[in-house]
Amino acid sequence: MSPMQRVLESAGTQAAHIEHLWWITVAVCALVFVAIMIAWLWALRRAPRADEATPPDVAIATTAESKSRRVVTGAVALSALGLVALLVASVQTDRALAKLPLEGAIGIRVIGHQWWWDVYYDDPDPLKTFSTANEIYIPVGKPVVITLQAADVIHSLWIPNLHGKRDLIPGHTLTMPIKAEKAGKYRAQCAEFCGLQHAFMALTVNVLPQPDYDRWHDAQLQSAPEPAADAAKRGHDLFLSGDCMMCHAIQGTTANARFGPDLTHIASRETLGAGRIANTPENMAAWIADPGKFKPGVNMPAHRVAKADLDALVAYLGTLK
Amino acid sequence: MNARFDIAILLFAALVAALLAGCDRELRKLSKPDSGPASPAAVAPQVEIQPGQSGPGLKETVAVRTFDGNNAYEMNQGKKLFRWYNCGGCHAQGGGGMGPALMDEKWIYGHDPDQIYETIMNGRPNGMPSFRGRIPEDQAWQLVAYVRSMSGLASKAAAPSRADGLSASPPENTRAHLTPQDTGPQPPVKTP
Repeated sequence: MSPMQRVLESAGTQAAHIEHLWWITVAVCALVFVAIMIAWLWALRRAPRADEATPPDVAIATTAESKSRRVVTGAVALSALGLVALLVASVQTDRALAKLPLEGAIGIRVIGHQWWWDVYYDDPDPLKTFSTANEIYIPVGKPVVITLQAADVIHSLWIPNLHGKRDLIPGHTLTMPIKAEKAGKYRAQCAEFCGLQHAFMALTVNVLPQPDYDRWHDAQLQSAPEPAADAAKRGHDLFLSGDCMMCHAIQGTTANARFGPDLTHIASRETLGAGRIANTPENMAAWIADPGKFKPGVNMPAHRVAKADLDALVAYLGTLK
Repeated sequence: MNARFDIAILLFAALVAALLAGCDRELRKLSKPDSGPASPAAVAPQVEIQPGQSGPGLKETVAVRTFDGNNAYEMNQGKKLFRWYNCGGCHAQGGGGMGPALMDEKWIYGHDPDQIYETIMNGRPNGMPSFRGRIPEDQAWQLVAYVRSMSGLASKAAAPSRADGLSASPPENTRAHLTPQDTGPQPPVKTP
């Protein structure tokens, strides 16, 4: 099932407020449009008919336009009323967005990078923290506060089914409180141009019932297992002695770098390259060999390595469920 | 035709040529060249020290020299990698610490790009680890381009003009060109 990305199918409290405001705006604008069309057609209908012989109408130069003045004044007042109504609706929506109760909220930290999302589940107990990338899991009906930071340039997080946009600004920390009401899979997208691969910077939000979320959460806390098969063992050695560990982390090993996504549970993710391609062994091998083929300009370098080494790496990464 | 007009045309042509020469400053070679000289026979690193866990490392099957000392993108990538790969852990921001300074005129193992490349990839005695199999070759060449810019050996028009984070030293493009003095044993320069 491909994730949904629709403003008009809100799946959360915040998005519902925004969708509500959207419908009010559409309704007011539609009313104004219809009123203007009617006035225009009416004016066309009652306009004086004339031919070449008709003398010019100079009435407006001699008589006061008291009637026109009344109509214009009335229309201006009506327009002002409509705009003020929209302003009130907008302020009310903002107030509603700010009033989301946050007791017992889950804290998630999202850091925008060119061009992927670094996700941290923080906890006062350091043993209960973990990180993942390009995906967020949240439970239904529980408030979540997403803390937004940027590592390089300005990004913007937009999960249309759950909330409006909010920027990720280097050196600043912003928050985005959300609450999902409907389980499902929703697509988020970087909404601020951030470089060559801006369009391929996607994030999946998985909204799960609480028990399923707890299961996922517990699984994420586990360290990577020791590889059993020979190929995976060789891949493990290559990972920890080669290029990979210079940028990536795998919990439970000596790989601890933070410049690329955490790979502790890479095999459980659905996509590679922030939603660019499906996470299959073939794609993984192609991605390691030349990520620039899928995302030109990506920070991960190409690796021209022997096929046996590549297969061993893919075999090892496949065990990181 | 008067001589003044000819000189004006010549000056204009020179100006256009100079401007066109700047076109490659930002050129980004986003994909690695597919073909290149076959990978050289494995050279035993000069030192046993290696960043990360010791083991087989990832041997590249295609060796391509991608050094471009006048390209802003390559140098800036090198500057980023200098931080990412913790070169600053020993060399600080170029002023030196546990390792030698990189922003002065002294080059113990040579200032030629090929010599710096060998220093990074093979390591050097007394502390410089071998990065062969630890970083891809094109990244090593980016680091070479950046390291040369630290003492003003790169084109001022292309050297980094700002840092992403706080910096203790002036930007690379403002540094004076320091005539390199090779002080230690000189590894041979392979490519002309």
